[in-house]
Amino acid sequence: MNAAAAAERAARDSYGRLLALLAARSRDVAAAEDALADAFAAAISAWPRGGVPDNPEAWLFAAAKRKLIDASRRKRTANDGKAQLQLNVEELEAETAAGDMPDRRLGLMFACAHPAIEESVRTPLMLQVVLGFSAERIGAAFLVEPTAMGQRLVRAKKKICDAGVGFDVPAPSDWGARFAAVLDAIYAAYGAGWSDPLGADPERRGLAEEAIWLARVLASQLREEPEPLGLLSLMLHLEARRPARRDRDGRFVPLDEQDVGLWQRQSLGEAEALLRAAAAMKRPGRYQLEAAIQSAHATRAWRGEADWDAIVLLYDALSELTGSPVARLNAAAAIARRDGPERGLAAVEALVQLFPALNVYQPYWALKADLCARLGRGEAAAVAYDEAIAREADPAVRAFLEHKRSRL
Amino acid sequence: MQYALLVYETETDFAARDDVERKTAYRAAHLDFLNSIKGAGIAIQSVVGGAGLKPPHTATIVRKRGGSRLVVDGPYSDIKEQLGGIYLIDVADLDAALSWAERCPTASTGAVEVRPVNVD
Repeated sequence: MNAAAAAERAARDSYGRLLALLAARSRDVAAAEDALADAFAAAISAWPRGGVPDNPEAWLFAAAKRKLIDASRRKRTANDGKAQLQLNVEELEAETAAGDMPDRRLGLMFACAHPAIEESVRTPLMLQVVLGFSAERIGAAFLVEPTAMGQRLVRAKKKICDAGVGFDVPAPSDWGARFAAVLDAIYAAYGAGWSDPLGADPERRGLAEEAIWLARVLASQLREEPEPLGLLSLMLHLEARRPARRDRDGRFVPLDEQDVGLWQRQSLGEAEALLRAAAAMKRPGRYQLEAAIQSAHATRAWRGEADWDAIVLLYDALSELTGSPVARLNAAAAIARRDGPERGLAAVEALVQLFPALNVYQPYWALKADLCARLGRGEAAAVAYDEAIAREADPAVRAFLEHKRSRL
Repeated sequence: MQYALLVYETETDFAARDDVERKTAYRAAHLDFLNSIKGAGIAIQSVVGGAGLKPPHTATIVRKRGGSRLVVDGPYSDIKEQLGGIYLIDVADLDAALSWAERCPTASTGAVEVRPVNVD
């Protein structure tokens, strides 16, 4: 990372931490964003003349706090009797007079992932308030018109303010679905970046890196929780394979055919260490299982072969835990690798009886096509490839499927 | 912050109020709920007000259009669960309000909508 990128990263880290502090007290994310934007603007004009302060973060915070207090005083005069605002401002002043600034980003993430917030906007909201992404950038990554995305974000922030969503991290006993929603939002951000593995679109490429960054923040603040480590491990495993996912001509390369020499050993090593640390806490969860599956694939880099026994077992455990038909489909694919295509196809066909919704899922058809082809059932394979191709949005994956079909 | 807990009851819930065998238990459950909010011990967790409502068939709708009064029978919207009462509480934040809503007896049979009160 060069100096400019390091500075940008430091600013981004500060952004989320400062916004979390300001918003936690004002409870008004939009007002905190305005105050912080003013503070950053003031810094841009003041620092080149007077020099960068010793503690830029403290400088920015002091400036933003003044703006926020000014704004809330104006609001208070406009509507008298708002004792609550007075209280918030006093709390804010007391908290920061102490000198050490607490890190409230985690509370901010929990607020963004609150069940009172519409599900589809939780991830974008987190990206905006914790990382400072613009609505344009988020819209580009999630394939939503920037104006529409902007409106959704504004509505969500208004809801946080009007409904009185708190910014305190709830006690673990009260986490319920909210903790899972925080993890899911980070993974969704990663997924939005992952689906463009060539990195041709810088908006989305950056998103995968930022998701990993968010997971690091989460893991650093929840040291007693294994799932953030599991999530981080999972993403680093996937990230390690990024260079191998496309060939020189930009063609999709399935996991089985990837050149393990291209896998990034450093990321794999970190992913493995994180998973071990998570496993030591003896509280398995969805992301630890998913990371363990990727870890069992990664043994190919050392032993030349993925650990298919472990993969089948882990997918079974994941299916049990999540009830997800996708996990079951992956279990069937692993069975096919371990026990042969006939057993695999039987598992796939039993599964689609149970979950007819798989009929609209591209990977179901791609798996079925591959297994039929291996069993010499050319006609059935062709039909399944056609179904898979019709359901694939990524041109590189579509080209891969078309190539496979043409070789039947 | 003040929140209204809008309590949506099913037909069975409404019927319980007039049923000789069930009305004691029904009232006791809501009274317990009310007392547990009052007794939460923290000054800002308190009941501001509230009321139970008579069943939906007792409702009458009034509209005024072009100078004339239009009166029709029945509740405003004809849905399975109807507004059965309101609690007004004063708690720290939405999560505190949601946890009280969850403890409201009707949450396990009907539904409870949590709405912040506009105090401006």
